[in-house]
Amino acid sequence: MAVFIEAIVTAVRLMAEGSPELWNIIGVTFHVALVSTTFGIVLGAPMGFVMGASRFRGRSVLIALTNTAMAVPPVVIGLVVMMVLSRQGPLGPLGLLYTVDAMSIAQTLIAAPIIAGLTSAAVASVPYKLRLQARSLGASRVHEAFLTLKEARLGVVAAVAAGFGAVVRGVGAVLMVGGNIEGQTRVLTTAIVQEARRGDFGLALALGVILMTITFGLNGLITWYQHAGERWERGANA
Amino acid sequence: MTAYTSTAGLALRAENVSKSYGKRVVLDIDHVELSPGETLALLGPSGAGKSTLLAILGLLEKPDSGQVFLDGRPVSARDRGARMQMAAAFQSPYLFKGTIAENVAYGLKLRGVSRAKRSAAVAEVLERVGLGGWEGRSALTLSGGEAQRVALARALVLKPRVLLLDEPLSSLDPLIKSRLSQDFARIIHEDKMTTVYVTHDQNEAMAVADSMIVMRDGRAAASGHVEDVMGLPPDEWTATFLGSEAPLRGVVTTSAEGLLGVDLGGPVVYSTGELAPGTHVIAGVRPEDVLLFEAGTEIPRSSARNRFDGTVVALRLWGVMYHLVLDIGGARVASHVSRSSVREMEIAEGSSVQVVFKATAVRVRPDVAGSGMMEA
Repeated sequence: MAVFIEAIVTAVRLMAEGSPELWNIIGVTFHVALVSTTFGIVLGAPMGFVMGASRFRGRSVLIALTNTAMAVPPVVIGLVVMMVLSRQGPLGPLGLLYTVDAMSIAQTLIAAPIIAGLTSAAVASVPYKLRLQARSLGASRVHEAFLTLKEARLGVVAAVAAGFGAVVRGVGAVLMVGGNIEGQTRVLTTAIVQEARRGDFGLALALGVILMTITFGLNGLITWYQHAGERWERGANA
Repeated sequence: MTAYTSTAGLALRAENVSKSYGKRVVLDIDHVELSPGETLALLGPSGAGKSTLLAILGLLEKPDSGQVFLDGRPVSARDRGARMQMAAAFQSPYLFKGTIAENVAYGLKLRGVSRAKRSAAVAEVLERVGLGGWEGRSALTLSGGEAQRVALARALVLKPRVLLLDEPLSSLDPLIKSRLSQDFARIIHEDKMTTVYVTHDQNEAMAVADSMIVMRDGRAAASGHVEDVMGLPPDEWTATFLGSEAPLRGVVTTSAEGLLGVDLGGPVVYSTGELAPGTHVIAGVRPEDVLLFEAGTEIPRSSARNRFDGTVVALRLWGVMYHLVLDIGGARVASHVSRSSVREMEIAEGSSVQVVFKATAVRVRPDVAGSGMMEA
């Protein structure tokens, strides 16, 4: 038990001290998570909307592909991105390998299918007739799309949260394309791997506590938003 | 434009509209016409294509072929200007998440109406549908009847040229339904709005509509003024659907001072109308206009000109009434009789009764389709 108590003490001390090194790790973690979630939304949400809201040839194939992409192990994505960005790879000349940008690219590829797949499911649960109703009141295609997203917003928020969660807790892909370089590409998860390997369980666990605190806080915020939304819709105010 | 001059004066018209899903033809209608302020009921069993026709008339779906005209102008689903002149409410109210006011104001917002005008219009229309002061409530907390009122308000507030109502009352319980159908009929008529009203309930159609199309398997089985279609359905299927017997076929034998004698191949019924003797006709009388008396009793003197000795051929329950099929010497008419009357008069299959109905209750139309058959 002592090792856990020691770890928690270390975590508190680390956060209280706020060493530049720690803040750098947290900073990089958030930078990668925010950038990749944002691009994940930009790529995944419209795709999810189209898959969920319209009927077209090849739709079910696309949905199956998305669901498969959601389940691809991060290390495989990391491997592919690594090969593309490596010196011999097609994007080698950009010199992105072992940079924060490389990590953001890999994590975007992880977040986008998750956001697309879950957005699609949320949007598909909005009845077609509701959109027909909006159309009958004069809505254009764009109005219809916004209304549908608004109707499905609790599900869409959950999709974004799931995308963010996958990115912030991911280790395989960032380790491969980022290289866990101290002060540059080290994030909380890769730092945990590093410290654990060195036998510094206290520091590793402390970093884990910090990571959990951050994700817990964020998820708590999202859950609160969803509950507040549902409560109002179902009439706790009436 | 000269090609469409015949549509002048009509608010909404559709020509030769058809729609198929795969190989199944769900709609094939020659023409639909609505004068300004007219309410047209689309009546028929489920799957008859009523909602599809409504969606096409409302420019919500594209027909495979055919053309819709709004005020004489050909329009399509792409024509947002035309769509802006229409508004619909469906069987399920499909309220959007948000407040009642947001729901009702949705269409106004799309039309760029200012915030101040929006809230004034919303307050006014909510008052009219009986939900005055409900603006701030969440739309998802409402009961079925309340939600349907909001759905109607959301369409009405736009003051549309054409109002489309797709079974707006069918998901409600009978008490709320009867109250709302009266409210809807009043509001529609007050505003003199051109309205298409889809329903499978003939009583609802009677309450709100001026004209009707009875639909079957995507086609119009009957169309015309509500009184005409209900009074004299053109064929057996329509008659059965509307709760009467198949139309009677006969020949006008006498015609004097607006009174026609029609020989039905045995019995002669009297009707009002102006038709030359020798004209082949179809004739019908609504079951609720046919009165029964026990055989042998003295019938009080009345203006009812048609009196026959009849036999009960069949009786079955029809809502709260009994639907009786009566043979009057070779021709068949139906009568709706209360349960207590059936009990008191001890009516059963084979019972003899006196059948009485007024000449004004008998509808007669020249028989276009069947005249050849009669002569054969």
